Amino acid sequence: MMQADLTSISWLSLAIWLPVLSGVLVLLLGGDHKATLTRWLALAGSLVSFLVTLPLYTLFDVQDGFFQFEELLPWVPAFNMHYHLGIDGFSMPLVLLTSFTTVIVVLAGWEVITKHIAQYMAAFLIMSGIMIGVFTSLDAILYYVFWEAMLIPMFLVIGIWGGPNRVYATIKFFLYTLLGSLLMLVAFIYLYHQTGSFELADYYLLPLSMQAQIYIFIAFFMAFAVKIPMWPVHTWLPDAHVEAPTGGSVVLAAIALKLGGYSFLRFAMPIAPDAAHYFSTAMIVLSLIAVVYIALVALVQKDMKKLIAYSSISHMGFVTLGFFMFSQLGLEGAVVQMISHGFISSAMFLSVGVLYDRVHSREISAYGGVVNKMPVFAAFAVLFAMANSGLPGTSGFVGEFMVILAAVKFNFWVGFLAATTLIFGAAYTLWMTKRVFFGNVTNHHVAELSDLNKREFLILGTLALLVIGFGVYPQPITEVMQATSTEFLKHMAISKLPVTGY
Amino acid sequence: MDNMQFDLLALLPELVVMGMAMFILLLDLFILPQNRFMIYGLSQFTLLAAAFFTFKTHTPAVGFAFSHMFIDDTLSDVIKLMMYLGTSLILVYTRKYLQDRNLYRGEFYAMVLFGLLGMMIMVSGHNMLTIYIGLELLSLCLYSLVAFDRDNPRASEAAMKYFVLGALASGMLLYGMSMLYGMTGSLDVSDIANSIAQQPKSPVLILGLVFVVAGLAFKFGAVPFQMWVPDVYQGSPTPMTLLIGSVPKLAAYAMTVRLLVQGLHPLALDWQDMLVLMAVLSIIIGNFSAIVQTNLKRMLAYSTISHVGFIMFGMMSANANGFASSFFYISAYVLMSIAGFGIILLLSRQGFEAEEINDLKGLNQRHPWFAFLMLIIMFSMAGIPPTIGFYAKFTVLQAAWQAGFTWQVVLAVLMATIGAFYYLNIVRKMYFDAPEDHTPLSAPLDMRFILSVHSLALLGLGLFPEVLLGVCGHSLLISLQ
Repeated sequence: MMQADLTSISWLSLAIWLPVLSGVLVLLLGGDHKATLTRWLALAGSLVSFLVTLPLYTLFDVQDGFFQFEELLPWVPAFNMHYHLGIDGFSMPLVLLTSFTTVIVVLAGWEVITKHIAQYMAAFLIMSGIMIGVFTSLDAILYYVFWEAMLIPMFLVIGIWGGPNRVYATIKFFLYTLLGSLLMLVAFIYLYHQTGSFELADYYLLPLSMQAQIYIFIAFFMAFAVKIPMWPVHTWLPDAHVEAPTGGSVVLAAIALKLGGYSFLRFAMPIAPDAAHYFSTAMIVLSLIAVVYIALVALVQKDMKKLIAYSSISHMGFVTLGFFMFSQLGLEGAVVQMISHGFISSAMFLSVGVLYDRVHSREISAYGGVVNKMPVFAAFAVLFAMANSGLPGTSGFVGEFMVILAAVKFNFWVGFLAATTLIFGAAYTLWMTKRVFFGNVTNHHVAELSDLNKREFLILGTLALLVIGFGVYPQPITEVMQATSTEFLKHMAISKLPVTGY
Repeated sequence: MDNMQFDLLALLPELVVMGMAMFILLLDLFILPQNRFMIYGLSQFTLLAAAFFTFKTHTPAVGFAFSHMFIDDTLSDVIKLMMYLGTSLILVYTRKYLQDRNLYRGEFYAMVLFGLLGMMIMVSGHNMLTIYIGLELLSLCLYSLVAFDRDNPRASEAAMKYFVLGALASGMLLYGMSMLYGMTGSLDVSDIANSIAQQPKSPVLILGLVFVVAGLAFKFGAVPFQMWVPDVYQGSPTPMTLLIGSVPKLAAYAMTVRLLVQGLHPLALDWQDMLVLMAVLSIIIGNFSAIVQTNLKRMLAYSTISHVGFIMFGMMSANANGFASSFFYISAYVLMSIAGFGIILLLSRQGFEAEEINDLKGLNQRHPWFAFLMLIIMFSMAGIPPTIGFYAKFTVLQAAWQAGFTWQVVLAVLMATIGAFYYLNIVRKMYFDAPEDHTPLSAPLDMRFILSVHSLALLGLGLFPEVLLGVCGHSLLISLQ
């Protein structure tokens, strides 16, 4: 009885619109002169928004490989568009990651943001709702609306609260993403005229010629590759990350990049499966370039945020690599990698934020011997650095190991190249850690540092628990997507080419 | 006798506007300057009354008057209602500007109403002469409105340019019409269509078509007839720019439907080619030229040219879906442009014209609410969801795609990215830069309120586009049957 009542609630709509509403509320009630009220309001909003996503996990049926929690309402009958929501094993963990990260971001901006605080908090709350919308839409235009709408708050976040070169970075970010997504819109228009609807389910069943599939896949690729970002369209990310405020970097790395990866699974691959197979070698090569080459680029960075940004691109290479080997192990490893990277990259950017708030420099050379002044913080930072380089026992290891195993099975040399990340990743992360944290205190800025306050301890402590927790016991993530990934691979194995000839 | 009564009944809204415009002109002679709000109130009342009669006399059936010179169908009624709304908003937003500059005079309101009458006649014209008369009435009012501020040399120059080029375009249109008359023996739109369908294509017919299309393109401001747009937009006082750039586009659209669809549909394959070329060129030239502008009004002028390109994208499909999508685009565009100029008017004050893009600097710090409204307007113009501008672009692109214009759609999409750049530039000035000017913004309460509702409507219609989509598609389909 209780169960029936709970499932009748529109959890997904709540998950989308509660943060948006609380964002609007913060805008209306908050302001710079009522900073405390604004902060608590934002925190309350983000906490409630996080709580309403929890039932998505507890009520989730792990046996069901198809969409759950579906909501279907007519939206624009003139074009047969629907307000159609639903989640499966791939999107559910990402929804939870999004709502969780928003709480972290609100906390991270607590005392740091003093300019336009209401707008800052509201931007992140609204963005959180929009991103959950992207993860849950089952109607192509609904998805597209959320996908593009996300650009607006992100554009403002980087532009208003970012670093010195913020205008260049944010406009580059916006235009790169917009160009890719407009081509995706063209693909949707094509599919609409083929099926007469924007239902994702119709697109999955639509037979398409190889040529059409190739065009569609390329259009999607332009949109998603920019977002992930894959080499060679990754150049917006380091710029955006470096200039963004800490909260912006966290959201970008933890969630925005996952939008691209998730969309490959939801759109590009199932709609054009034959093209996905056709391009799989190219995709694997691009992924390996990201994994190896970008890792080398990360090695020579002088700016901490830039280094982590390149490390993100390198880690996302694992995600696309896992997708395009079409094996269950690789696929699940890729999704685990997305979740785990969400935690680890947030933690890394927050650690840089902790230092930046005190010294106002992101240069590695501005630091040295931080451990002497901030022992607690250094312990956390070293843990996250270990996780970032994929140390067993942390969540970073699980996904990477699964993908590497799948890759070795797929082709030894692919697996070999992928495995080099364990070396390069350790090299750039630990080398940075060594230069920043260890040795003697190098300058008076470092000498004046004070250790973590309670708020920072709470944020980093929670993330540390999650990183170790999922490292030791990844079952909760892998279990929910088992059925979904089985169905996904079944679908991918069936050609959609129309039968011609005899 | 019965016939005459029906004729006058169909014309009721036009008669109301005409009578009130004359009354206002006369009344203005007899009232003191401090009572001028009466004129303003009467003008708004006129619009309300006209809307009432248009709504009241509306029937789904098509009505004709004066032996088919005048048509009263659903399309004309819907466009007229939109025109009243647009004009009413314009009157609200321009009032303070006019008061500040000693332009708050009865003639302005009479001219606006006469211009509106001209547009109403264009919309309901079912005969080339009727359409032409309506167009000229509108144009004469606009020429004189641009020159309304007599002591402003730039406005006079703009009026002169507008007049010379506008007269040239009217001449071309008339020349084309006379050729069509020569070939078909009729000025009636349906008779022309029947006659052309029954005769072989001849060079004179095509030449006539070329002139008609050129005349229409001039009124829209499509490339290669766009030269007047930037100069006139920049030179005119901002209220007049608003008058030129918004509601008349609806009338030009109606004129296109009457002439090209209802009259020259047998030649669709020929005018389709011309529209394709103009649409593509307008989008390219409009967007690239807008990037380098520093003057806000000039930038909006070039952005208008690119919007016109998108409007033509729908029309060039030459089917009901395409024209319905253009109609939707124009309605959205009119709403967006009135709101955008509303913000510019709001930033202007006595002795200060907000004309440069830099005048928007730091608006978020000066007045976060208006900055937010302008943000919505700019993203709507750029076509970013969830605003109405996205659906406008979406509908025309899908119509063009359906008609088989694949590479044109891809090109338009690339150009839309370029277009996004200059709209983003405005958002950037408002949000990322520090203000140079710290004068507090002041505006009458009604203007603030209506402007807020209006801008939020761009967002609301973006979330629920069905209403406007339905109205536009439905009215056009009924009228083209």
